[in-house]
Amino acid sequence: MDQAIIIEKSVIIISVFALTMLMAMYSTLAERKIAAWLQDRIGPNRAGKGGILQPLADGLKLFAKEEFTPNTQNKFLFVTGPAISMSMALMTSAVIPWGDKLHLFGRDIILQATDIDVAILYVFGVLSVGVYGIMIGGWASNNKFSLMSAMRAASQMISYEVAMGMSIIALVMMTQTLSLKEIAEQQSGMNWNVFYQPVGFLIFLVCSFAETNRTPFDLAECEAELIGGYHTEYSSMRMGFYLFAEYASMFISSTILAVLYFGAYNYPGMDWMEQNVGVNIANVIGMFALFAKLCFFIFFYMWVRWTIPRFRYDQLMRLGWKMLIPLSIANIIITAIVLLLHDKAI
Amino acid sequence: MSIETISLSGRKKEVSNKKMTFLESLYLVAIFKGLFITIRHLFKRKVTIKYPEQTRELSPVYRGQHMLMRDEEGKERCTACGLCALSCPAEAITMKADERKPDEKHLYREEKYASIYEINMLRCIFCGLCEEACPKQAIYLTKSKVMVKSNTNREDFIFGKDKLVMPLDQAMRNTQLKAVN
Repeated sequence: MDQAIIIEKSVIIISVFALTMLMAMYSTLAERKIAAWLQDRIGPNRAGKGGILQPLADGLKLFAKEEFTPNTQNKFLFVTGPAISMSMALMTSAVIPWGDKLHLFGRDIILQATDIDVAILYVFGVLSVGVYGIMIGGWASNNKFSLMSAMRAASQMISYEVAMGMSIIALVMMTQTLSLKEIAEQQSGMNWNVFYQPVGFLIFLVCSFAETNRTPFDLAECEAELIGGYHTEYSSMRMGFYLFAEYASMFISSTILAVLYFGAYNYPGMDWMEQNVGVNIANVIGMFALFAKLCFFIFFYMWVRWTIPRFRYDQLMRLGWKMLIPLSIANIIITAIVLLLHDKAI
Repeated sequence: MSIETISLSGRKKEVSNKKMTFLESLYLVAIFKGLFITIRHLFKRKVTIKYPEQTRELSPVYRGQHMLMRDEEGKERCTACGLCALSCPAEAITMKADERKPDEKHLYREEKYASIYEINMLRCIFCGLCEEACPKQAIYLTKSKVMVKSNTNREDFIFGKDKLVMPLDQAMRNTQLKAVN
């Protein structure tokens, strides 16, 4: 029995890891393709059919580049930076429920690496450690542009984490749980949280853009002012790790958006499917539903990138502290009042 | 007169610093408008041409590489008068005239001919003025789609008579075709 659990969890962990890597890889291609399409171009189409091998070619190129280390006292930190970014981006995927359950070999297999009670807090904890990857990398580069970019990134991420956390508090008040699995289960059918928490969703969406350092909040890699930002001094696969981590965290945050607000693996008619077609098929479709939702969010990230120009730094801070945080506090209060009235009515 | 009526396109907007209304200051409406504009471009026809497989269509007045013509009997028409070199705005053409020997009558139509005729393809702008200037209808810009090949050596771009003069068999074929018609 114990062995079966170990095997089952290992399979889930390895496939989630592989999926994250694959998605991060193909997000780079998707980004280039979507960028091209939105600008009336075709995009990369030479490597393989329709450019399908382009990510491999990019990776191979990065591996073949010279691994440059600047003249700094912090050689260890210089290597640690990208490693932290990468591992933090991958760690978040541990608590995400990819589906409800499968019934195989006479056992119910829960499609989640681990169902901890404080999954949301875990996600936030890991996200805030992710700042260190950028901070340490920028500091160890021994370059003033990298340092400035790292400071920008750190203060931006800390600022937006506040609003993000507050937007989640309203959601947690409503769902009465911190476990992502239970939140997913509560949204069965079309009972999606986005219909109950539209303002919270909007705040969370804006904050996830800031947390993943994507346009319009990509001040950390503002080319015009800061060269490459915190990865100016990085080359070869160390730089690849930073870029990869960005795409991996984009994938994870799209997943979290889908799980928290867009009904996770639920789709209309899931219960009917479970009763009439079978648990396995219904849940496999559920996994694809989640996949479709997160792909939409990844597309949305890219769509926004080619639509909205970058904020100025003071605008960024004003939006974070003076607009999103008061808005999320108001959201909490309104949610609390509505919940209180609702309970009384019952 | 307002600025809209002055501008030719009619799309010029006067910059104003007026205070934004609350709805505008949320930027949400503007962002959705922007998103709508970009998504429309996703479905537009792409203008890119996949070059080596597809080539752009040439204009009907396209002028390609030069050719020094031969007459019906396969003699070179050029008499080395130098009018083409004179008319050339890019000064790409140089030539050296020579007198025709009695035993060369079957090669050159006139008594004087160009022993050296060179066009520097790096200078040539394919304007076609040489073609217009030529009194003997000797130089023509063909419709050939063959572009001048890239090279690392500047001397290779100076095309001599070996590359410019029409091949003899082509001239004879043209004569035959004319006779048939």
